[in-house]
Amino acid sequence: MSAVEHSDQVVAPPPPQERVPNRALVFVAEHWTVVAFLLVALIFFGMSADFLTKDNWIATSVYATGILALAVGQTFVIVSGGIDLSIGGTLSVSGMTAAVAMRSLGEHNASPTTTIVLGVAAGVVTGLVVGIINGFAVSRLRLAPFIVTLGMMGVTQGAANLINDGQQISDIPNGLSNFGSDLIGGWLSWLVLVSLVIAVIAWLVLAKSRFGLHTYALGSNGEAARRAGVHVHRQTIMVYAICGLCAGIAGVLVLCRFSVAQTNAGDGQELNAIAAVVIGGASLFGGKGSILGTVLGVGIMAMLVTGLVLIGLQPFWQTVVTGIVVVGAVYIDQLRDRLNARLGARAAA
Amino acid sequence: MSTVSQQPATVSASGITKHYGAVRALDGVDIELRPGEIVGLLGDNGAGKSTLASILSGAVVPTTGELSIEGTPTRIESPLHARNIGIEMVFQDLALAPDLTIAENMFLGREPLRRGSGPFHWVDRREMERRSAQELEALSVRVRSVKARCGDLSGGQRQGVAIARAVVWSSKALLLDEPTAALGVEQQAQVANLVKDVASRGVAVMLITHNMQQVMDLCDRVVVLWRGRSVANLKAGEYDIEGLVQWITGAKVMQQGGSR
Repeated sequence: MSAVEHSDQVVAPPPPQERVPNRALVFVAEHWTVVAFLLVALIFFGMSADFLTKDNWIATSVYATGILALAVGQTFVIVSGGIDLSIGGTLSVSGMTAAVAMRSLGEHNASPTTTIVLGVAAGVVTGLVVGIINGFAVSRLRLAPFIVTLGMMGVTQGAANLINDGQQISDIPNGLSNFGSDLIGGWLSWLVLVSLVIAVIAWLVLAKSRFGLHTYALGSNGEAARRAGVHVHRQTIMVYAICGLCAGIAGVLVLCRFSVAQTNAGDGQELNAIAAVVIGGASLFGGKGSILGTVLGVGIMAMLVTGLVLIGLQPFWQTVVTGIVVVGAVYIDQLRDRLNARLGARAAA
Repeated sequence: MSTVSQQPATVSASGITKHYGAVRALDGVDIELRPGEIVGLLGDNGAGKSTLASILSGAVVPTTGELSIEGTPTRIESPLHARNIGIEMVFQDLALAPDLTIAENMFLGREPLRRGSGPFHWVDRREMERRSAQELEALSVRVRSVKARCGDLSGGQRQGVAIARAVVWSSKALLLDEPTAALGVEQQAQVANLVKDVASRGVAVMLITHNMQQVMDLCDRVVVLWRGRSVANLKAGEYDIEGLVQWITGAKVMQQGGSR
């Protein structure tokens, strides 16, 4: 074969010698979210004796529930290469819809159980519908996710106010309020349990199912996914639908927690959720991220809120620290990719 | 050279035209791919080679023209449809997802599944990894682990995975768009062996390449495109490198007064 005859004529240049990265460094970069989580906990524990107490656990975990549900949904969207800015507004409008539905059912003398079940369903379905509309606009109308969901943010925030003339609704059925305040065994809030169950289901779907694998493929290389036979449109719509559904559930959880539906309950929460997902190792370019990372990211953010107050700092520091952590997270993510690429090239040589 | 059977063509395309607005990318192209035959598709940049390959692989729908698969008129609706028929394509830009592992890329869209329903089937990762490792070994594509992310592989390894994936799944036809452009000499020879191996199994192979030596070594027949038209269809032995270059540049067409 002439390919062989050619081989002694063409001499490939030797690969450039690169500094070999330390495997321990790679391990830390790979699992840095766990390291950061433990570090934050340790620092607060060292600075305040009140940090590792039952009271602080309950406060921190209950605070985390709303963001967790939002961030779990957002993880699907970000892994698929998109972004959903409308989840804060969706949270508000879902909570308001649930409250209005329950008030109306109560006025029509429906039984408490019926009222709660239908009210919760109304809130969750509202979120689902918003998500489906987002997904449809992104996939079928080929609009940028940032623009679609920015528009939807305005629509949902406005709708949350229009539902009840800008007034909050506080006549919530007792059953629901109790659900929001009762503790299982005196230390685990029902709200925390619900959001953890959602996280476990989401983890199974994203990490183990074909749907999850296709979500990663879509975010990593959409054209490759399409050529491999992934139904890109259907996948996109379902990813945004899941995100909307989670925002709807978050709306109901927040309603339970405060026993009042506020028109601005979710304002700014979309950014907290995105921050948690990014801290958890997801890339805004898509293809990377995990539910486990997101859970740790939410944990870090919740600890910052309660921990900073416990050590006597003003709570405003939380946004400052979160901002720094987000930027740091993205930097470490890039560092990890470079290390991996270098290791990969080395193993190939 | 592989033995060319006298069965009906695996893929037969006639009068294929593709317009992009006012631009005619393809203008009445005819091509036949036969079982076990390696056809070189040649042409200058912009002659329409990639467009034709995209049409045969279902990624692009022709404006007019007819396609038949093993004698049956067929309309290839999508890449998935083409793959289900048994037509695989290796794209110039590889079409691998960098964040997925080698095994995930090899089985993307055709994952071995355990129980579940609809899109929420559980993927059988162990089976996927076992079969990927087996197939790569059989094709002597060397990788660290099938669990490695494709983004962490070298260019040659990525190419190896992309070709291996197509080889594994192609039961009827394998289309390769510049498969060795980015490879070193040793890897080029490896790919050449893979291609011959596939053809010997009775798969029809179409190879787009600019490497004339590769054409002389591998191809049983060449089809030359020039400005969107098929201007030559030559059997091995009917051409040399000099002659092919004249077809590709259009010099032969001009000689024969075929300029348009």
